[in-house]
Amino acid sequence: MLGLIVRRFFQLLILLIGISLIVFMSMHLAPGDPAAIIGGPTASESDMEAIREDLGLNKPVLVQYFDYMKGVVQGDLGYSYQTNQAVTAAIITRFPNTFNLAIASMIVAVVIGVIAGIISAIKQNSWFDLSSTTIALAGISIPNFWLGSMLILVFSVTLGWLPVGGLNAPFYTLEGMKQLILPAITLGTASAAMIARMSRSTMLEVVRSDYIRTARAKGVKEKSVIWLHALRNAMIPVITVIGVNFGSLLGGTIITEQVFAINGIGRLMIDGIASRDFPVVQGTVLLVAALFVIVNLIVDIVYAMVDPRISYE
Amino acid sequence: MEQLLDVQNLKIQFRTGEGKLSPVRDISFQVHKGETLCIVGESGCGKSITSLSLMGLLPANGEIAEESFIKLDSDELTGKSQDELRKLRGNRMSMIFQEPMTALNPVFTVGYQLREPLYIHQKLSRKEANQKAVELLDKVGIPDPKKRVKQYPHELSGGMRQRVMIAMALACKPSLLIADEPTTALDVTIQAQILDLIEDLKQEMDMGIIFVTHDMGVVAEIADRVMVMYAGEVVEIGEVEEIFNHPKHPYTQGLLASVPNVEDDEHTLESIPGTLPNVNEKIEGCRFHPRCPLATEQCRKQAPPIFHVNENHTSKCWLQEEANINDKSTTTS
Ligand SMILES: Nc1ncnc2c1ncn2[C@@H]1O[C@H](COP(=O)(O)OP(=O)(O)OP(=O)(O)O)[C@@H](O)[C@H]1O
Ligand SMILES: [Mg+2]
Repeated sequence: MLGLIVRRFFQLLILLIGISLIVFMSMHLAPGDPAAIIGGPTASESDMEAIREDLGLNKPVLVQYFDYMKGVVQGDLGYSYQTNQAVTAAIITRFPNTFNLAIASMIVAVVIGVIAGIISAIKQNSWFDLSSTTIALAGISIPNFWLGSMLILVFSVTLGWLPVGGLNAPFYTLEGMKQLILPAITLGTASAAMIARMSRSTMLEVVRSDYIRTARAKGVKEKSVIWLHALRNAMIPVITVIGVNFGSLLGGTIITEQVFAINGIGRLMIDGIASRDFPVVQGTVLLVAALFVIVNLIVDIVYAMVDPRISYE
Repeated sequence: MEQLLDVQNLKIQFRTGEGKLSPVRDISFQVHKGETLCIVGESGCGKSITSLSLMGLLPANGEIAEESFIKLDSDELTGKSQDELRKLRGNRMSMIFQEPMTALNPVFTVGYQLREPLYIHQKLSRKEANQKAVELLDKVGIPDPKKRVKQYPHELSGGMRQRVMIAMALACKPSLLIADEPTTALDVTIQAQILDLIEDLKQEMDMGIIFVTHDMGVVAEIADRVMVMYAGEVVEIGEVEEIFNHPKHPYTQGLLASVPNVEDDEHTLESIPGTLPNVNEKIEGCRFHPRCPLATEQCRKQAPPIFHVNENHTSKCWLQEEANINDKSTTTS
C-alpha cells in the first residue's frame, strides 16, 4: 500500500509537470496579449512594452516556464495580472468553497445513487425501479446550468425556502447547509444517476451469484444478505464509477459556481481565462489536476480495501 | 432406521413468461438418519430445484404448491414462514453446491464465513466462534487451519474451498445435509477425498444426506438408497444394490447401460435414445414412453402409478404391474 502511495506521488509529479507545460504553452501561444488587456485600450506601444518587461513576458517562453516552476516548487504560483494578488492566496481563500461543494455533491451522489440503485435491483421492475431508472436517465441528460436555474426558480424564488446563491457561511451551520443544498444537488445529480445505474446493474448480477445463495443457505438474514454480502461485492465496480465521476464533478463546479454565484476555484479560473490572467489560470488548472490524481489514489486505496483479490505489491 | 425427512407430493411451480410451469411434480420420498439418498437423472430433470425447494431456496419466481408436504424430524416445513425456514437453514439442514470456486464470498475471509452460521444460530461470541472455525477446518482436513481462517477464498484451491463449504455447512451439526453435485467440478483424486470426508462425517454425526449426482460411480460408492428422476418425476426408488443389480424401470436400465464398465471390456456404451421432453411439453401417458424401447399401447395412453417391487423398492412403470401379477400367479399356483 505504501508502495502504491509512493508510486502515485511520482506519477502526480510527472503529471503536474506535463500539465503545467501544456497549460503554460497554450496560454502563451493562444491569441490575446495580456499586456494589451492590462494596459487597456488607451495604452501606447511603449506602455505595453513596459508592462511586458515588468511581467517578464518578453523573455523566451521556456525561460518564463522555468522561472514559473521555480516559484511553484516553493508554493509561489505568481501574481494575478489583474489584481496583483498572490495566486496562492487567491486559491487558498476560494478553495474551501469549491471543496465543500464537491464533497457535498459527492455525498449526495453516492448516498442517493447507491441506495436507489440497490433498491431498484432488489425490487426489479417495481414502480420504484421504473421511476428511479427513468429519473436516472433524465438526470444524466439534464445540463447542470438548467437544473441549477430550475432549482433556484422553484426552491428559492417561488417557495423562498433556500437562498438564491452565495456560499459564505461555514458548512456546519444551518445557514451554510442551506446555501450548499441546491448547488450540491445540481452538481451531484448526474453522478447520482450514473452511480444508481451502475449499482443497479452490478447488484442484479451479484444477487444471482452462487455466494449469495450460499449466504442464504447458511441462514443469513435477508437484510444482511443484501446490505452486507451483496453490497460489498456490488460496490467494487461502483467505486471506479465514483472515482471517474469525481473528475467530471470537479469540472462541473465551474458551471455550478457560476449559476449559484459561489466564489470558488471554478469562477477564479473562468475569470482568469477571460482576462488572459496567465498565473491564475495555470495555478487553478494545476490544482484541479492535482486533486484529480489524489482522488484517483484514494479510489485505488478504497478499492484494495474492499476487494481482497487486489494487491498492489 | 429413524425417519428424518418426509416429502409427500412435492410439486414445484414457476411463474414464467410462458405461464405457470411445474418442472417437478408429485414427488414423494423419505430420508432416514445416517442414510445417504442419491438423486440421479439427466440434466434438467429437476434434481437441483428439488434440493433447493427443501431448503426454501427456490428462485424468486418459484414456489412449492399447496398440496405438497415436507417434514423434517417432527417439524412441518411446508407452511413455515420464510424467517422460520431461515432459522433452520445452516442449522438443522445445510446445503453444499457444485461450484466451489464461486460458492464462497470473495470479499470475506474464510474465518468470517465459517463464523457466520455460529453467530446466527448458536449466538457464539467472536472468540468462541473463531476457535470453532479453526476446529472445523481441522476436521475437514485443511492443514494449518489457524492460518487459513485469515485467508480469502481466492487464496485456496478448489478442493480446499469445497472443504471449507463442507465445514461451513456442518458448523451447526445439521441433521440433514443436501449436496448438489459437490464433486462434479473437482478432479478425480480430490473428488475421492471429498467423498471420503463426507462419508466419515456422516458416520460421525449420524446425518441424513441427499446427494445429487450424474455419476453412477459416485452412486455406487456412497449411496444407501437411490432415487431416479425423469422429467420432474420419480421413476424408481430402491436400495443401491437393488437398483444396480435389479433395476426395474426401463429408464434406470438405460441409465445403467450408459455407464462405462471398467471390468467388462466387451460392454458397449448405450445411451438412451432421444432427449428429455420440455417442461411445458404435454405428453399423454407415461412421460418416458416416447423414448422407451418397451412402451406399449397402455403406456401411450395412461400414466402409470407407483408400483411396489418390494417393501423398499418402487417403480413407476406398467411393466411392474405386469410383473407383480405374474409374481402373484406363480406364488399362488
Ligand atoms: N427460475 C426458473 N424458472 C423457470 N424454470 C426453471 C427455473 N429454474 C429451473 N427451472 C427449470 O427446472 C428444470 C429443472 O432444473 P434443475 O436445475 O433442477 O435441473 P437439474 O436436474 O439439477 O439439472 P443439472 O443436472 O443440469 O443440474 C429445468 O427444466 C429448468 O428449465
Ligand atoms: Mg443441478
